[in-house]
Amino acid sequence: MSKFRKKKAEGGGAISTASLPDIVFMLLFFFMVTTTMREVTLKVKVNTPQAVDVEKLERKSATSYIYVGPPVDERLGTASRIQLNDQLAFPGQIRIFLETEKAKIHPVDLPKFAISIKADVKAKMGVVTDVKQELRKASVFKLYYSSKKRSAGPGL
Amino acid sequence: MARKKRSTPEINAGSMADIAFLLLIFFLVTTTMDTDTGLRALLPPMPDPNEVPPPFNKRNVFEIRINSGNQLLVEGELRDISQLEDLTVKFITNNGNDATLSDNPQKAIVSLQNDRGTDYDIYVQVQDRLRLAYNKVRERAAQTKYGRDYKSLTESEQKIIREEYPQKISEAEPKDIGGTP
Repeated sequence: MSKFRKKKAEGGGAISTASLPDIVFMLLFFFMVTTTMREVTLKVKVNTPQAVDVEKLERKSATSYIYVGPPVDERLGTASRIQLNDQLAFPGQIRIFLETEKAKIHPVDLPKFAISIKADVKAKMGVVTDVKQELRKASVFKLYYSSKKRSAGPGL
Repeated sequence: MARKKRSTPEINAGSMADIAFLLLIFFLVTTTMDTDTGLRALLPPMPDPNEVPPPFNKRNVFEIRINSGNQLLVEGELRDISQLEDLTVKFITNNGNDATLSDNPQKAIVSLQNDRGTDYDIYVQVQDRLRLAYNKVRERAAQTKYGRDYKSLTESEQKIIREEYPQKISEAEPKDIGGTP
């Protein structure tokens, strides 16, 4: 008894952990809100090139992605393919894809609608050009060649 | 049916923190705060078949071709990609000195043509070098005109410099010489 009293007098007792769940919940909600789950499962291998003069996307919510690269499934060969949403596609399907993507975004953001081409370093320009021509036909002119930041220098 | 009146026992909230921690760790792991970056480009509208292309002097066009073997032909000469930035800067800021280079920066056009077999990586590198060249030229102009970095200028001052050194990169329809592999 006397021992107990003595301790209380000098230490001030155990810290209350009653508010711990509140703190943890606060953090939890923060991460829940900021989390973006991977929206698509990649069916093509994409290793984006590196460049110096890269910019951040103007409006992420108004940007759609087109993936170009060799298929993950090796039975489909090594030639680069286009991936829209969750499946491999042909250039002819890009226009419909663009229409559905445009319909998804808020009308206010429509002038900022952009496409980010995430293409593999080894992709051939032929496929990329096909994509670009389809974009032009659909009057989508804002484009990003997705690339990683590289510090200045000779490169390659 | 008679209902028994029972006092509900208090739930122990001690494990609440554990559950919350578990969820927290899950979201911590799955969160990707990736900010996507890329080279910005603006595609031209589809050409009107009836429209006649505006006349231009050959000296004002800086021709870059990339073949399917990823080799660069700059103004008719085989060049290494590392030389491209300096060559472009020289071309833009020629101001009529050299008869084979541009009259002035406003008229200077960089024309880029690639093969369908060109690697995407090389294409991005070339695009990047061209942007760097224009950045360099604009930076120099900002230093001589305002004595400050281009980035620290106001929006309207930047616009003046941009108009003085417009970034005109024209892309010709690609050719398929090397054959699509």
